[in-house]
Amino acid sequence: MHMADALISPAVGGIFWSASMTAVARSSRKVQQDLDGSRIPLMGVLAAFVFAAQMINFSIPGTGSSGHLGGSLLLAILLGPDAALLAIASVLVVQALFFADGGLLALGCNIFNLGFLPAFVAYPLVYRPLAAGSDGRLRQTLAVLLGALAALQLGAFGVVLETVLSGRTDLPFRGFLLVMQPIHLAIGVVEGMVTLALLTFLRKARPELPQLAGPGGVTRRAAVALGLLALLLGGWVAWYASKHPDGLEWAIQRIAGQQALPPAVGGWHGRLAQVQAGTAVLPDYHFRGSREGSRAATSLAGVAGGLLTLLLVAGTGWILHLRKRRT
Amino acid sequence: MSHHIVEAIDLCHCYGDGTQALTNITFRIHHGESVALVGANGAGKSTLLQHLNGVLLPTSGTIRIGEVPLVKETLRDIRRTVGMVFQDPDDQLFSPTIGQDVAFGPLNMGLPPADVAARVHEALERMEALHLKDKPVYRLSAGEKRRAAIATVLSMTPDILVLDEPTSGLDPRARRQLLGLLKAFRHTKIIATHDLDLVLELCPRTLVLHEGRVKADGSTREIFADQALLTACHLEKPLTMQGCPKCGGIP
Amino acid sequence: MANLGDRFRDLGRMDTMGSRESGLHRLDPRAKVLATAAFALAVSSFGRYEVAGLLPFMAFPVSLAILGEVPGGYLLKRIGLALPFVLLLGVLNPVLDREVLLQVGPLPITGGWLSFLSMALKLVLTAASAVVLVAITSMDGVCQALERLGMPQVFVVQIGFLHRYTFVLVEEAARMLRARELRSNGHDLTHREFGPLAGHLLLRTWDRAQRIHQAMLARGFEGEVHLLRRPSFGLQDALFLGAWCVAFLVLRLVNLPLLMGTLVSGGAQ
Repeated sequence: MHMADALISPAVGGIFWSASMTAVARSSRKVQQDLDGSRIPLMGVLAAFVFAAQMINFSIPGTGSSGHLGGSLLLAILLGPDAALLAIASVLVVQALFFADGGLLALGCNIFNLGFLPAFVAYPLVYRPLAAGSDGRLRQTLAVLLGALAALQLGAFGVVLETVLSGRTDLPFRGFLLVMQPIHLAIGVVEGMVTLALLTFLRKARPELPQLAGPGGVTRRAAVALGLLALLLGGWVAWYASKHPDGLEWAIQRIAGQQALPPAVGGWHGRLAQVQAGTAVLPDYHFRGSREGSRAATSLAGVAGGLLTLLLVAGTGWILHLRKRRT
Repeated sequence: MSHHIVEAIDLCHCYGDGTQALTNITFRIHHGESVALVGANGAGKSTLLQHLNGVLLPTSGTIRIGEVPLVKETLRDIRRTVGMVFQDPDDQLFSPTIGQDVAFGPLNMGLPPADVAARVHEALERMEALHLKDKPVYRLSAGEKRRAAIATVLSMTPDILVLDEPTSGLDPRARRQLLGLLKAFRHTKIIATHDLDLVLELCPRTLVLHEGRVKADGSTREIFADQALLTACHLEKPLTMQGCPKCGGIP
Repeated sequence: MANLGDRFRDLGRMDTMGSRESGLHRLDPRAKVLATAAFALAVSSFGRYEVAGLLPFMAFPVSLAILGEVPGGYLLKRIGLALPFVLLLGVLNPVLDREVLLQVGPLPITGGWLSFLSMALKLVLTAASAVVLVAITSMDGVCQALERLGMPQVFVVQIGFLHRYTFVLVEEAARMLRARELRSNGHDLTHREFGPLAGHLLLRTWDRAQRIHQAMLARGFEGEVHLLRRPSFGLQDALFLGAWCVAFLVLRLVNLPLLMGTLVSGGAQ
């Protein structure tokens, strides 16, 4: 599930951007240190494979719906966490730019949810300890299934957290969480089964592939540290957001209040109130707070001005278009 | 001493799973020669080519490029000398645009940007592909891809060109164009191919591989005239040497 | 995602647009990427109930689309593809927030509808700007910009690889699916079939990676990727970026539609 620019506030977007880009930079350094660089083309085509494999839809028995591969855990298992993070992040960049899935600002959130959490939390803390040191089929199966479940649960939690912190929807934290986590439980089971099917096939067909064991990119200690960092970051974001529902917006409001709105504003505010009183059919509605109230009072002006703006944009566009054609 | 000599002495290669792919291959190719490498599928052509610039290293025996034996320490220089054009251009053209792909080799050689640009221009011009410079690869036709793939190698100014199936998948016109371009090269050329008409046209000398061994090494005309040899190696005479279906005469 | 094949054909179309020649196309990609980022930041910084203030921001994608000759129908189609997810999350707003905030004539408008509208508008704006960015810059241009803006080289190369081989692999996957479909007698693909089918694709992908690596080694690759740099940031680029940033700032601080509306409705009184 992709976060979109429209769902997040600049503060949340910015924080997750810096977190994700730090992780991407760190992983890039690690991958670059690879002796012969053989993983560079491999992670490139495997990321493309995830795209291609998403074309292969299969029916889920008894539900009438269909599913496809997500791929985060698969990439982590095949490439190790560092290369996997880069591969997933690149998929998300292409989706944001080409398919307008997500958007530039939300990219940080998406890399965090779908790349960092699976590769640096679910993979080292759930999959590796379970899969390590045993070739038992049951254990391997369990490792993949639980790994996929963990990856999707974490990702879903990330979506909920970021959405609620941004405050662009009215979804309450608890309610949203109670919907998202169970849905992603189901998606996680499907993802686990699909990943398992692919890995089983690959192990049978190419038992010699050494990468299948997963290069030990992160030690467990580093993984725990990273997990803690993620938690701390989440906690700090939560605290920050509860104090200032929207830091940047608040800052801009202050700048605007002090500088950009000249005294004349009072004049048209006053005139506006008259207009409002004159046109309101139901004058006894109540306002939410003074800020919201003043905004509500400007409703008519907003609608009229909005229409005007649209006309202006359309007109300018038309003129540009005509000029373009003539040249 | 010329750097353009390619020599194999008792070359053997055995894959990790125990398959003996090449056995006692010995040949010497001189400066400016154009040599075809023919043989049925699985005869060992690709394995042999992969030895020529060290993608694979010999299990036993030696390869010499110029007078330099191919070992790990000399790989870097040898890869500058031997330009390898892969069978599938989609494997060779991995950069977002053709121009960047042609620049890949020179950039790895550490050349300054101005020189890189000049080499890119020259290589593309030589392959009649200058107009493709800023195009993404997937927009190209098979013939354009092939020419671009050769340009990526030319930009490194190799002395020896190794081509794997250069005409596979090309339509007659693209094939004709490519043949014309290849003919103009003065490099030492080694061409692995099933296109025996191409061999007839481009390569005076032919090496026939069969089950990992050199079955024949000599004049192309003579080898293609030896029906018994061709049959034994699962090959067929090139169309231009087959008798006219109407009168049975050879053109 | 049955139409993924079509989506990728679209991708190719967009790249072709990106490699055209126009004043906009010739600008340094960095200027365009940064302007788009500033745009996303400005748009998303508006509060949840803001609708009118967002409207002037349409000028950015619209003018770039026209000057860069991005077909309007195509743009709308791409935005349409991005809409459903956000609308899914926003659609509960009108149910959850029923407080009346606005009164337009006889029509009471609740906060939920306002925030929903605001969200949809933001989505259209940011999606449009992303689509237009690629259409006037090309993926390669965007990658170059990212690299020069400090993204790690390996990551930029990775994006390039992904973009390049997506076309090859999607075509391969499409061929496999066609071959299956011809023999499937109309049966849906089960998850049991998925393993072998996608597995074969994965194996071929893996082999391809090895061949690519060989091709890279053959051309002197030693683990470090070098990129060719393009011309530097010029006055025009600075002007483009600067002008848009100032415009975004002004439009963010001054609610233009409200101002105009007030003048108009004030005049009417």
